Amino acid sequence: MTSSTASIHALPRAESAAVEVRSICKNYKEVEALRSIDLDFPRGKLTTLLGPSGCGKTTLLKIIAGLVEPTSGEVRVNGKPVTGPGPERAFVFQDFALMPWATVMRNVAFGLELKGMGKAERQSIARHYIAEVGLTGFEDKYPHELSGGMRQRVGLARAFAVNAEVLLLDEPFSAVDEQNRRKFQEDLLRLVEKERKTFIFVTHSIEEAVYVSDRIVLLSRRPSRVSQIIEPKVDRTASPDAIRRDQGYLDTVEEIWQGLKHYVD
Amino acid sequence: MTLYGYRVPMMASLLVWCGIWELVGQSGLMFLVPPLSAVLVAGYAMVQTGTWQAAAMITLHSFAVGMALAVVVGISLGVLMGRFKAVDELFSIWVNIFVSAPLSALVPVLMILFGMGETTVIVTVFLFAVWIIVLDTRAGIQHVPKSLIEMGRSYGASTFALYGKIVLLAALPEILAGIRLGLVRGVKGVVIGQLLVAIIGYGELFELYSRSFDMENFWALTIILFAAAMLMSAAIEYIEKKVDYYAGVR
Repeated sequence: MTSSTASIHALPRAESAAVEVRSICKNYKEVEALRSIDLDFPRGKLTTLLGPSGCGKTTLLKIIAGLVEPTSGEVRVNGKPVTGPGPERAFVFQDFALMPWATVMRNVAFGLELKGMGKAERQSIARHYIAEVGLTGFEDKYPHELSGGMRQRVGLARAFAVNAEVLLLDEPFSAVDEQNRRKFQEDLLRLVEKERKTFIFVTHSIEEAVYVSDRIVLLSRRPSRVSQIIEPKVDRTASPDAIRRDQGYLDTVEEIWQGLKHYVD
Repeated sequence: MTLYGYRVPMMASLLVWCGIWELVGQSGLMFLVPPLSAVLVAGYAMVQTGTWQAAAMITLHSFAVGMALAVVVGISLGVLMGRFKAVDELFSIWVNIFVSAPLSALVPVLMILFGMGETTVIVTVFLFAVWIIVLDTRAGIQHVPKSLIEMGRSYGASTFALYGKIVLLAALPEILAGIRLGLVRGVKGVVIGQLLVAIIGYGELFELYSRSFDMENFWALTIILFAAAMLMSAAIEYIEKKVDYYAGVR
């Protein structure tokens, strides 16, 4: 276990992590999914949970979201223990979780609608984030009229619209085709830069993790533990294509693959 | 069934059968089957009589009240059974028995409980219609994607909002299918209830015409009843298709 939160930035609250995970264990009946996970998620950074499939990455993310109860241990967001979902966290779902009977506009504004915000106000906020994710002109479309990539953009806009500090993304691109996925990753990086939020990202793609992350947490196979923490040394000011050819990028991908290879049989 | 007219093949087959009916009727082979044209003429005269109008009103009233109860109770119980395992285990045996039981046999018992009047008919409609609505609602609720519920919870939905804005809407296609099947069963219920109680509404007219072998009026009555049932079922089916369209990506 390394703890590298000290080096993040010098903002007043930066010394504390946005999300702290303390000795989280999770058992499903006989199966031990997570064993004593301790992690800090630094504020304003994108941290990725990466590991072999079925290692409990999503379970850990849902525990942080307050959607799943841990068997033992504690999650703290801004120092406060998590007892359930809260407005300071927003979730992006693997299968998008859009309401098929609602338009893009209503879906994006739905988090605000649940908070009881008036229609005009929430629609103007939603319109802003629909534009941010590049869906202007699709406000009145229904989810079934959109491609997989566009549907997940709606999911992302919905999460941004509630203005949560922490965004939890559960394999958001896994149901998106390869070309759209690349474009989407580039857009995500731009939004991470712009929105200055804490992102926790779950993926099983090594390339994706290295491309978008400030910090990668490698989880071992079940019972899952933190096996390694890697901070990719990638120059993100470069163009997306340059990053994908960058030696640091390629070396990190290789390093992670060497670390994960023995889990694959 | 002419109300299905917008489906060309069905319309065509219907015309063939109407033709056969007319021919058999005209040939006078069976006195039970008068020519279709005679039935239609009788029907046209019948709907203008006060007897028929009064019977239709009382039948419609019993049906509407019974169906409204069945929809409210059916959806509520179905939601509870779909969401809570304990409720499901407590009620599923009864729902499954009643959905397939020959309920007509119960009507005499209901008569003892609720008297010889409209209440018995309403209860009969309710009992015929409610179980399929319960079962379909339950299935719909159980098929609501888990991630939609998690989405609601993670964005702070209250229990009320979770059901009103997400769960019920996501289960709407199945709920509507249940109501459509329930309507058809409810029509059966209202006629059987009135026939067995045998003193009011449509049942009384059926009794009257079949006893006096007034076949023109008997068939006219039957055709009107079928048409009404099909029309209602088609109306719900139309809504269902619209909803399915929006729910198509689940």
